[in-house]
Amino acid sequence: MQIESPNILLIVVAAVVMVLYVFTNSAVLVWVERKVSAHIQRRPGPFEVGPFGLLQTAIDGLKLMAKQLIIPGKADKRLFMLAPVLSFVPPIAALLTVPFGKVVQVQNLDIGILFILSLAALNVLAILIAGWASANKYSLFGAVRSVAQNIAYEIPLLLSLLTAVLWMGTLNLGELVDAQGGFWFVFTPFGFVAFLIYFVTGMAETNRAPFDLPEAESELTAGFHTEYSGMGFGLFFLGEYTNMILVSAIATSLFLGGYNLPFVTLNGEGVLWELIRVLIFLAKAYFLIFVMIWMRWTFPRVRFDQLLNLCWKVLIPFSLVNLAAAAIWIKAVGG
Amino acid sequence: MDITFSSDFSAYVAIADVTFIAFIAMTLAGGLVAILAKQLIHAVLGLILCLIGVAGLYAFLGNYFIASMQILIYVGAVSISMVFAVMLARPPAEVKQKSMRLATKIALGVIVGLFTAATVGSAVFAQHWSEAAKVTKGDTPVEIGVGLLTHNVLAFELISLVLLIAIIGSVVIAKRGRGTGTSVGGEEI
Repeated sequence: MQIESPNILLIVVAAVVMVLYVFTNSAVLVWVERKVSAHIQRRPGPFEVGPFGLLQTAIDGLKLMAKQLIIPGKADKRLFMLAPVLSFVPPIAALLTVPFGKVVQVQNLDIGILFILSLAALNVLAILIAGWASANKYSLFGAVRSVAQNIAYEIPLLLSLLTAVLWMGTLNLGELVDAQGGFWFVFTPFGFVAFLIYFVTGMAETNRAPFDLPEAESELTAGFHTEYSGMGFGLFFLGEYTNMILVSAIATSLFLGGYNLPFVTLNGEGVLWELIRVLIFLAKAYFLIFVMIWMRWTFPRVRFDQLLNLCWKVLIPFSLVNLAAAAIWIKAVGG
Repeated sequence: MDITFSSDFSAYVAIADVTFIAFIAMTLAGGLVAILAKQLIHAVLGLILCLIGVAGLYAFLGNYFIASMQILIYVGAVSISMVFAVMLARPPAEVKQKSMRLATKIALGVIVGLFTAATVGSAVFAQHWSEAAKVTKGDTPVEIGVGLLTHNVLAFELISLVLLIAIIGSVVIAKRGRGTGTSVGGEEI
């Protein structure tokens, strides 16, 4: 038996590419978010810097990097510095297992979806540490809300993903995409319900309006990142946008057939086919992100009890019934 | 079975050794922080570091499923709930602690430590590891699921009973707290 060395160089290069992608993605998404929000609110949005205001984000990034990083006197310094890093690194590591195409996937793990979920669990830890270390009551309230919210939405999120995993019988993201082929999981009634539940809870996972209670500006100043200035805040921001692409990428690979067109499986070989597959995947993921932005600027923020009621009294029962129904269907009909 | 390695394998073995030592150091450091920290929140974060180190060791042993479960359950759920409880409680600096005599502390620590060492140690030394490694399966979700519902079904059900008791207990405590009109621990938060 010959044991081959793992190709560490490939992984390092891929990780660097992924970091570059995350930065570019955030820069573009911030611009898109500002443009979309502006058009929803009947105003032009950024248009001064560069054509269509495209360079606005670059200037904003420079501004953030040039700003002084102020650490409050009473803050727990080490934890205060740790929190932004902790919110930024895990989503990038999780992106390494996302199958953008048949070949364009850094590491195809057998437990792919579990790996992503366990890294996503660290996000709430980052918010907690940020809120606690800031030694500020608004920050602390943001952090406490984040945990209460996390406990509520994590259950329906996991149950809806479990429905998909049960249906396709694998945790491997690449196999999950291949198992759907052209017949996306969302076309089945169970898949449709699970997808809706996942998308709602995914919005809560990214802490975005209408579920942005941990940073509700009108009540908590800026919630858990009140005390962060400069790139400390910038890293939280990057983390949020990376989480958005992660949530959409999971939704795309588990429910929307990954890189396959509806009722058409793309199995072609070669660079061109791979490029088409990656473009299809990205088109789906970015459409979901567009919907997230759209919802953020359309719906008002929910009240905290409304969010908890929605999660505990609507989403959890529905996802449990959905899971049970899918299990019975698989046993009776055979998937 | 002859196992041959490709030529540049030793470099990767070195990397693996460094990773292994890093995980061990992480586990020990986390554990030390957890028991020595003055602030309760540091202690919980130390525990989280320790648990992540243990997850790393599971991954190092090649069992990625257990490793990610360790992070998902112990870091993502258990520790987060602990931090939540700590944040809702009053800062321990403000609470006057009943000071125990140092001799009592040490005596209790030694008793608990010896008991744990004896139980874990007897289990470790009773196991024939080289043979166990050959017959052990159960590192895929399917094998673990089948194992839980066939061979280990009694333990599995007992654990759910423990959880049920915990839930009922928390409901009882929460109800009593509301009935008398005091907040947590009778203290204003």
